[in-house]
Amino acid sequence: MRLTCPLCGARDRREFTYYGAEDYLNRPAPDAPPQAWDDYLHNRDNPAGVTRDLWYHDMGCSSWLLVTRNTVTHEILAVEAVADRKGGAA
Amino acid sequence: MRYSGLRVITEGLFGNKGWKPAWRDPAPKAEYDAIIIGGGGHGLSTAYYLAKNHGMTNIAVLEKGYLGSGNIGRNTTIVRANYFLPGNSEFYSHSMKLWEGLELDLNYNVMHSQRGLINLFHSDGQRDAFVRRGNSMINQGDDAILLDREGVREMLPYLDFEQTRFPIYGGLYHPRGGTARHDAVAWGYARGADRRGVDLIQNCEVTGIDIEGGRVTGVQTTRGAIKAKKVGMVVAGRSSQVAAMAGMRLPIESHILQAFVTEGLKPVIDHVVSFGMGHFYISQSDKGGLVFGGDLDFYASYASRGNLPMVEHVMEAGMTLMPMIGRAKVLRSWGGIMDMSPDGSPIIDKTHIDGLFVDCGWNYGGFKAVPASGFCMAHLMATGESHPVAARFTLNRFATGHILDEEGTGSQHNLH
Repeated sequence: MRLTCPLCGARDRREFTYYGAEDYLNRPAPDAPPQAWDDYLHNRDNPAGVTRDLWYHDMGCSSWLLVTRNTVTHEILAVEAVADRKGGAA
Repeated sequence: MRYSGLRVITEGLFGNKGWKPAWRDPAPKAEYDAIIIGGGGHGLSTAYYLAKNHGMTNIAVLEKGYLGSGNIGRNTTIVRANYFLPGNSEFYSHSMKLWEGLELDLNYNVMHSQRGLINLFHSDGQRDAFVRRGNSMINQGDDAILLDREGVREMLPYLDFEQTRFPIYGGLYHPRGGTARHDAVAWGYARGADRRGVDLIQNCEVTGIDIEGGRVTGVQTTRGAIKAKKVGMVVAGRSSQVAAMAGMRLPIESHILQAFVTEGLKPVIDHVVSFGMGHFYISQSDKGGLVFGGDLDFYASYASRGNLPMVEHVMEAGMTLMPMIGRAKVLRSWGGIMDMSPDGSPIIDKTHIDGLFVDCGWNYGGFKAVPASGFCMAHLMATGESHPVAARFTLNRFATGHILDEEGTGSQHNLH
């Protein structure tokens, strides 16, 4: 599997570290109830199909990437830098 | 039909015409006392112990495909009770005791072989960690023997002892560890449940879970609606999809674990051996194939196949440990879908919906747990109370902080 890093181009899967689901970008407010923090940290949709998750290009440009891909076919649909999203880095 | 040596001889004399199917193929009834979703190892053992221990025989197992078609049908078949943490230790100890009586209990040959498990260590620090683990196992009443380098050499002379990169300091020997024939475990439980009256319904996919006023009332399936006041979801690998039918989001992320089998060889590896400097474990099946595996691919996937970097890593680890296997040809490899929980430990618990129970999150260690998982899930479904050896496998432990992190790496899906 290869991911196309917006900065570095298409690179081998070995260059990246997987972090987890997109949920990690939606950090609750510090005073949010415990249920919101539990959902943020632990509970997942975990779809069999299209998902969006966070990858770190640790052997490349050190960017955090938001990858849209299919968990059943391993097809990569889109890769964007988290820092380029509206609101900047989470 | 009871199986025995005499029966084999008698059938052999009369052309093997008397054998009957090991279980019926019933049509689903309109209502059961309890339904188990999932006809894999854990689901079938849950059904068996519900019938045997709790007298619940008006129950059904609903299986989307054929019995034992998931991870019980392809795994590395290791049976062990070498856990460290209270909460895990007593559970796997209980499972080991069930394994040891399983063939007599089921009247079925599951080819359980207590050939011994040796976890190698390669540094002083790792030795200390294994001493602690061994003491924990002994405190639990199980067996653990610390082997020094010469002790390992005596048992496993084929390892590469001469290398300086990953020197072998010794191993933790667990004599009661070993392997079992994975399919036979599913078939044995299926037959045992069927003989006690449980309906095993195959090609029956659950498409909805009916809930009224916070209580489960039944399920919708591809073979019609079926009512039941108790429903157990025992579908590791697809837990998130089934729980979503009940409006639940589980603390589960699905990952791929690859494993490999070589061509059949003469007996060469007599134990289960694991390498402490890279995730690699190996045993030899009774057919002669070397069965081995390594780490997860480490990202969420349902693809049932893995990536080449992990193939390379596993082969490298194997060659580092025992160069002799380099001439063997790998016949096949596969990727199993693992329910990864944040702390790497399973869940056997009620849900917030009355009558709906969940058994999931077996990570990459579900096979050895099959007997105790079913035993404890049956206890929970029948009595409404957790069995003492599975009392810490709660669904809300991540929220409350009572995690069971055997590896001590953190409560996060991608770390186990």
